[in-house]
Amino acid sequence: MQDFIQHLINGISLGSIYALIALGYTMVYGILKMINFAHADVYMVGAFAAYYVARLMGADLQPGIGTLILLLVVAMFCCSLLGVAIERLAYRPLRRSPKLNVLITAIGVSLFLQYGGQLVFGADPKVFPEVMQDFVLFELAGVQLKSFDVTVLIVSIIAMLGLQFIIYQTKLGKAMRSVSANASVASLLGVNPDRIITMTFVIGSALAGVGSVLVGMKYPKIDPLMGMMIGLKAFVAAVLGGIGSVGGAVLGALIMGLSEEMVVAYLSSTYRDAFAFGILILILIFRPAGLLGKYTTEKV
Amino acid sequence: MKRLFIALLLVFPLLSSCTKKENEILIGEYDSLTGSDATFGLSSNKGVRLAIDEVNNSGGIKGKKIALITLDDQGKNEEAAAAVTRLITQNNVVAVIGGVASGRSKAAAPIAQTHKIPFVSPASTNPDVTKIGDYVFRVCFIDPFQGLVMAKFASENLKLKKVAVLRDVKNDYSVGLADVFVKEFKKAGGTIVADLSYQAGDIDFKAQLTQIRAQSPDGIYIPGYYTEVGLIAQQAKQLGIKAPLMGGDGWDSDKLFEIGKDAVNGNYYSNHYTTESTDPAVTEFIKKFKAKHNETPDALAALGYDAAKILLAAIEKSPDLSGAAIRAELANTKDFPGVTGKISMNENRDAVKSAAIIQVDGVNRKFITTVAP
Repeated sequence: MQDFIQHLINGISLGSIYALIALGYTMVYGILKMINFAHADVYMVGAFAAYYVARLMGADLQPGIGTLILLLVVAMFCCSLLGVAIERLAYRPLRRSPKLNVLITAIGVSLFLQYGGQLVFGADPKVFPEVMQDFVLFELAGVQLKSFDVTVLIVSIIAMLGLQFIIYQTKLGKAMRSVSANASVASLLGVNPDRIITMTFVIGSALAGVGSVLVGMKYPKIDPLMGMMIGLKAFVAAVLGGIGSVGGAVLGALIMGLSEEMVVAYLSSTYRDAFAFGILILILIFRPAGLLGKYTTEKV
Repeated sequence: MKRLFIALLLVFPLLSSCTKKENEILIGEYDSLTGSDATFGLSSNKGVRLAIDEVNNSGGIKGKKIALITLDDQGKNEEAAAAVTRLITQNNVVAVIGGVASGRSKAAAPIAQTHKIPFVSPASTNPDVTKIGDYVFRVCFIDPFQGLVMAKFASENLKLKKVAVLRDVKNDYSVGLADVFVKEFKKAGGTIVADLSYQAGDIDFKAQLTQIRAQSPDGIYIPGYYTEVGLIAQQAKQLGIKAPLMGGDGWDSDKLFEIGKDAVNGNYYSNHYTTESTDPAVTEFIKKFKAKHNETPDALAALGYDAAKILLAAIEKSPDLSGAAIRAELANTKDFPGVTGKISMNENRDAVKSAAIIQVDGVNRKFITTVAP
C-alpha cells in the first residue's frame, strides 16, 4: 500500500510535466490542424536559456521561489520568441500548401534545433542549476511528499487554469476558437487569423518554457536531445486525450505518467514504453478521436 | 587543402619506408587523433610515446632504436582499416598498436591478422575483438570482467547479501556487465532481489527505485553511464534509499558528481587504474608522464603505455622480428608489471589482470582496493 501511494505520487508528478508540453501540441493542432513537431525542441531551448541566465547570475543565484519565477519568465520569453519565429519563418509561408508539407517542415525544424543545439550548446549534458531546495513536505506511513512534486503540480495547475481562462473567458480566446472552427469565416468577421495563430504559438511555447524549467529543477541534467522522448510522450498524451482538447491533453498526460509508473512497478520495466504506447493503440481503436475528442463529421 | 593533406599522407609513408634505417625497429600505431572521441586517442597516444621514449633512452632493443609511426583514423572505421593496411604493406612495421574504440579494432585487426602482424589494442573492451584471430591481443580487461569484479567486491568486501540490479537495456556494455554480475553474485551466495531496467535518455527512475526500495536491498548495481547514474543516485536519495550504489568504468567522469551532487558520494565503481595507487610502477609512471606531457595521465594513457610496454617486452624476448615470433612471445606474457595491474594473457589473448575499485568522493576518486580475477 505504501509503495502504491508512492507510485501514485510519482506518476502524477511525471504526468503533470507531460501535460504542460502536451498542451502546446494540442493548442497548435486545434488552430492549425498541424502537428508542431518542433515543440519539444522549443522546450529544450527554454531549458538552455534558463541554464545560461542562471550561469550569468552566478553567485547571485539564491535557490528559492524568486529564482524559480525569474527563470520561468526567462524560459517562457525565449520559448515564445522562438515559437513565433518558427511559425513566421517556417510555417506561415506554407499556409496554403498541402498539410503534409508543413508536417515535413516541422520535422525538419525539430531536427535543425536538435543538431544545431548540439553545435551551439555542445553534445555533452549540462547540469541545471539548483533553482529550489527540495525538502520533504510531510511524511505519512513511509510515503514522502516532496516540495518539488508539489511545486510541479501547482505550477502546472496554474498554467492550465490560466489557459482555460484565456480560451473561454477572453476576447482572444473567443477569436482563437473561431479561427479553430473556421478560419475564413472568422476573418470575414474581423478576426485576423495570422495574429491569432501567432498568439497561439506564443502561449503554447510559453507553456513549454514552464515545463522546461520544472523538468530542469526536478531532473538536473539537460542536453540538446532532451526534447525527443518527452516530446513523443507528450504528443501521445495529447492524442490519447483527444488532440485539440485542453482538458483531454491534461487527462491524457496523467494517464501516460501513471501508466508508465504502474507498468514499471507491477509489470516490467523493460516493456514500460511498449505498454504505455499499447494503451494508446487500445484507446484509439475504441475511441478514434481520443478520450475527450469531439467527433466531427467530415463535410464533403 | 584536404587533398593536399591526403597526398602528403600517401607520400610520407613512402618516403619514410625508403629512408628506413637498418638500426631501427618500426612499430605502427593508429588512433583517433581528431574526431569526436579524439580525447581518447590523444591520451592513449601519449602513453605509447612515453613507453617508446623510455625504451629508446635505455638503449633500445637488441641495439636498435624503436621508431613509431602514428596515423590518424579520424574516429572512422574505414580510416582505421586503411591506416593498418598502410602501416603493414608500405611501412613494413613489425607490429601494430591499435586504437581505443572496439568498433574500429574490429575493422582494423582482421587486416593485421591476414598479414600475420601482431596487433595489440590498448582499450577495446568488447569481447569479440580478440576473437578475430590469434594475432590480436589486448591489454585491458573485457566488459564482463567488470561485472565479476563488482560481484566479488560486493560479496567479499562489502559483505552484501541482497542486491538489486538496474541496467540500461539499450546498451550492450551495461547489459553485459549486469548479466555477469547477476551470475557471479549468485554464485558467491548472494541473492538478486530485483533486476530492473531503464533506457539511456530516461530522466525519471522513481518507478524502478520505488520498486527496488520495496525489496530493501543491501546494495544496487547500476552499470550505466554517468549521465543517467547521476540522476538515479539523486532520485534514490530522494526516496530515502541508503544502500550503496555500484557501477563500472562508465561512471568515470567529473560530470557524475556535477549531476548527482552529494548523492553519488560514497558509492563504488570498478575502473582500469587509479592515480591514487601506491604501487611504485604507477607512481613512477605518473611522474614521468607529468614530466613529458604536463598533465595527469587518465586510464587510457595508462592503457596505451601498457600496450606499448608489453609489445616492446615481447619484441625484446623474441628471437627474430618475424610476426610469428613476436606473436608467440606476446601470447606468453605472464605477470607483466603494468601500470594498470599485473597483466597475463589468457588463451583468448585477453589480458587477465586486476581492476581497481574506486569510491566517489566529490570530484575525487578515492582508491579502495584492487580485485584480482
